Amino acid sequence: MASYTTSQFKAGLKILLDGDPYAIVENEFVKPGKGQAFNRVKVRNLRSGRVVERTFKSGDSVEAADVIETEMQYLYTDGEFWHFMKPDSFEQYAAGKAVIGDGSKWLKEQDLCKVTLWNNEPLSVEPPAHVNLVVVETDPGLRGDTSGGGGKPAILETGAVVQVPLFIEEGEVVRVDTRSGAYISRAKE
Amino acid sequence: MHDDWRPSACRKALHQRAGILAAIRGFFAERGVLEVDTPCLVGAGATDPNVPSFYIAYEGPGAPPDGRLWLQSSPEHAMKRLLAAGAGSIYQITHAFRAGERGRLHNPEFTLLEWYRLGWDQHALMDEVADLCRHLLGDCTVERLTYTQAFRAHLGVDPLEASRQALVASADGLGLGRAALVALDRDGLLDLLLSHRVVPALGSGRLTFVYDFPASQAALARLRPDDPRVAERFELFSNGVELANGYHELTDAVEQRLRFERERAARARLGLPLPDVDARLLAAMEAGLPPCAGVALGLDRLVMRVCGARHIDEVVAFPIERA
Repeated sequence: MASYTTSQFKAGLKILLDGDPYAIVENEFVKPGKGQAFNRVKVRNLRSGRVVERTFKSGDSVEAADVIETEMQYLYTDGEFWHFMKPDSFEQYAAGKAVIGDGSKWLKEQDLCKVTLWNNEPLSVEPPAHVNLVVVETDPGLRGDTSGGGGKPAILETGAVVQVPLFIEEGEVVRVDTRSGAYISRAKE
Repeated sequence: MHDDWRPSACRKALHQRAGILAAIRGFFAERGVLEVDTPCLVGAGATDPNVPSFYIAYEGPGAPPDGRLWLQSSPEHAMKRLLAAGAGSIYQITHAFRAGERGRLHNPEFTLLEWYRLGWDQHALMDEVADLCRHLLGDCTVERLTYTQAFRAHLGVDPLEASRQALVASADGLGLGRAALVALDRDGLLDLLLSHRVVPALGSGRLTFVYDFPASQAALARLRPDDPRVAERFELFSNGVELANGYHELTDAVEQRLRFERERAARARLGLPLPDVDARLLAAMEAGLPPCAGVALGLDRLVMRVCGARHIDEVVAFPIERA
């Protein structure tokens, strides 16, 4: 099993603590001039997202977590699992609701997502930062209003609900920022 | 695209650094302390198990029999040899080296200001350290407390008397695994508590001297004659950063040899490199090291304090990754 010593610690390194995968967020070397050295680290649990502090005696080693980030194409959902494929190898992976979380509402077939694998199982899925989605339901717009002053809710093809300007109509394609859930523009397609 | 040829410190910080160096030299010139210059490349490595040294293979003219020289971890031994030779009170600004120490407050090559005062004790030297700091930082509050007082005030335990279990209990919640905690020896536990619990609680904006360290951490300090549980050693902290470490110096060559041998034994147990004891320092002490107090001050950290820098890279031109 691969491992890292504290001198290899740096932000982004993936390690295994108490059986869970963590990413190092911050590493501080703490050493009295004449005393024992320690590494005080902030680590993020890659399952729960929680950040905790841990301390290691310098020189100790920690098991590496087999965590890799890859680009995958989203294929479809069967309701229980969301299926992804590596574009180069055509290998397929299935992620459950706990892994997908809220991200499911931005997933559109064929879009490329960042899938984090732990021991070759999906650990988290990050949808593309910007997606183009069809408006399937919204109140009729006010013709001629292009000021963008007001807003109204719109339901998109994936089920996501976003605030769009009044002039947007059903059937149009809009561009949305998946991190904030905010409307960006009409998609020019 | 590689811009690592550039310094990591900005021009302003480099100017402040130069100003501080000039001010330090002025401070000691005015007080009649002699500037000295001893070699960085030395014949004896540090025996302290917590001080990892670099060594250099050298086969050229003047090489030692084992073909090995060390980059000094501090100029202490050479300066004590000068003291034994009658140099009087001396100071030095020099580079020192610690293999494997790197972080926000550490660079493997760093600058020390070290000085010795003949006939002084640790309290007189603390006064002078405070004077120098005020000279560079402007007026600030200075406080002094014993190692025991610091632990009692901020942790509620007596570091000299508390049981091992009590120390382990105090370290609970620091995120160190149970196994690692149990594997630490008493001094390791005290170091953990000092650096993680006590020092961060000392407050900011002032200079805090902590003195009378446990005898087990005497290093090169003499023990207190009226209380041999503690050594006449002090450290200076400011804003959670260790700035200086000083001693009322041990002058007894026999005791010094014993300490070196104890450190070597600890190194052997830990499987660390085993440098020979520094025979030239011991010979100088046998010839007679005059009573004195000495202190080493991390110059880079002092510059950081003056500049308000958070990272050592902001005050050195080329840290190790750009060296």
